[in-house]
Amino acid sequence: MQFWVLAVVSVAGALGMVLCRKAVHSALCLAATMLALAVCYMAQGAVFLGVVQIVVYTGAIMMLFLFVVMLVGLTAEDSVKEPLRGQRVAAVLAGLGFGVLLIAGIANANLRTFTGLAAANAQGNVQGLAQLIFTRYVWAFEVTGALLITAAIGAMVLTHREHTEERQSQRELAEQRVRLGQQITPLPAPGVYARHNAVDIPGLLPDGSVSELSVNPTLRSRGQMRDVSGDMLRRMDALESGTAEWLGRRTPRPRTGTELVQPVPAQAEEVEESE
Amino acid sequence: MNPVNYLYLAALLFTIGATGVLVRRNAIVLFMCVELMLNASNLALVTFSRLQGNLDGQIIAFFTMVVAAAEVVVGLAIIVSVFRTRHSASVDDTNLMKL
Repeated sequence: MQFWVLAVVSVAGALGMVLCRKAVHSALCLAATMLALAVCYMAQGAVFLGVVQIVVYTGAIMMLFLFVVMLVGLTAEDSVKEPLRGQRVAAVLAGLGFGVLLIAGIANANLRTFTGLAAANAQGNVQGLAQLIFTRYVWAFEVTGALLITAAIGAMVLTHREHTEERQSQRELAEQRVRLGQQITPLPAPGVYARHNAVDIPGLLPDGSVSELSVNPTLRSRGQMRDVSGDMLRRMDALESGTAEWLGRRTPRPRTGTELVQPVPAQAEEVEESE
Repeated sequence: MNPVNYLYLAALLFTIGATGVLVRRNAIVLFMCVELMLNASNLALVTFSRLQGNLDGQIIAFFTMVVAAAEVVVGLAIIVSVFRTRHSASVDDTNLMKL
């Protein structure tokens, strides 16, 4: 019973990882698979490995994956178009064939002997492993240490960016801005519109048009800037002019429905809240 | 529970991982598929250890985990540095050495 639950969870997680479009969803599916595998290890008497699996894999490696997904910013989905025609079908067929071969191999293997870990784990799983690691496998253990240090240094070297010149001070930056004369004032803030207070919504200029500068350049270059919906502007305009009409402050102006309207004064928002 | 079933599960997970490597083109997801294959082989090793009644299989699985951790660190660093220069994490876009 326990095995079937674990098998279903791990296979579902693995399939989800392959089939999910977004990298974040794939990572979460893989984490579920790894947790199920950790329980598999513990159920088979490998208690230490189960704990290591949870700590190292779901704890460290998956978090590293999520960090990189965040850094690389893969909210954009994997492209669907195939550069090689029929590659996907061929890959799935090859996978199926490989799986059949592997499973047939296991089915034909002579696996009659079953000893169980009762004798090996007699002194405790961790003690037994420690005895082996520090006697028969001590050389492999030392080499592993060297490998880990090399990997850490390699990661540092690969991701390090060298500063070849001295960092500019704030005063120098300000002077440079004035000298270039492009944008002396601070950039406009994003999402100043009442309903959309998100960073990926551009702020509106006085004439109602969208200010591209107000959105973070990273989001702009990724094309993740959301549009301010014209619907919303039109509805706000209707509300505003309706209020003005009711108060008798001005005559209602004819609306074509397509014109982009002026930014809404504070008055309209107050009315909206009181409703 | 028959321990051979765990071997079938490991084979199935390995196959799914291998198919994923062939099908997907996002470098990070490719890495995840490789991790899944490593995990499946770990499960097989643990099962063999239980079948044989000694702890050597578990030791090898432990070393596999360490090597996988090192591999992930370096691989993800490579992905990040490739992304910095090419602004893409798709393995199809990395074709600078193509003739």
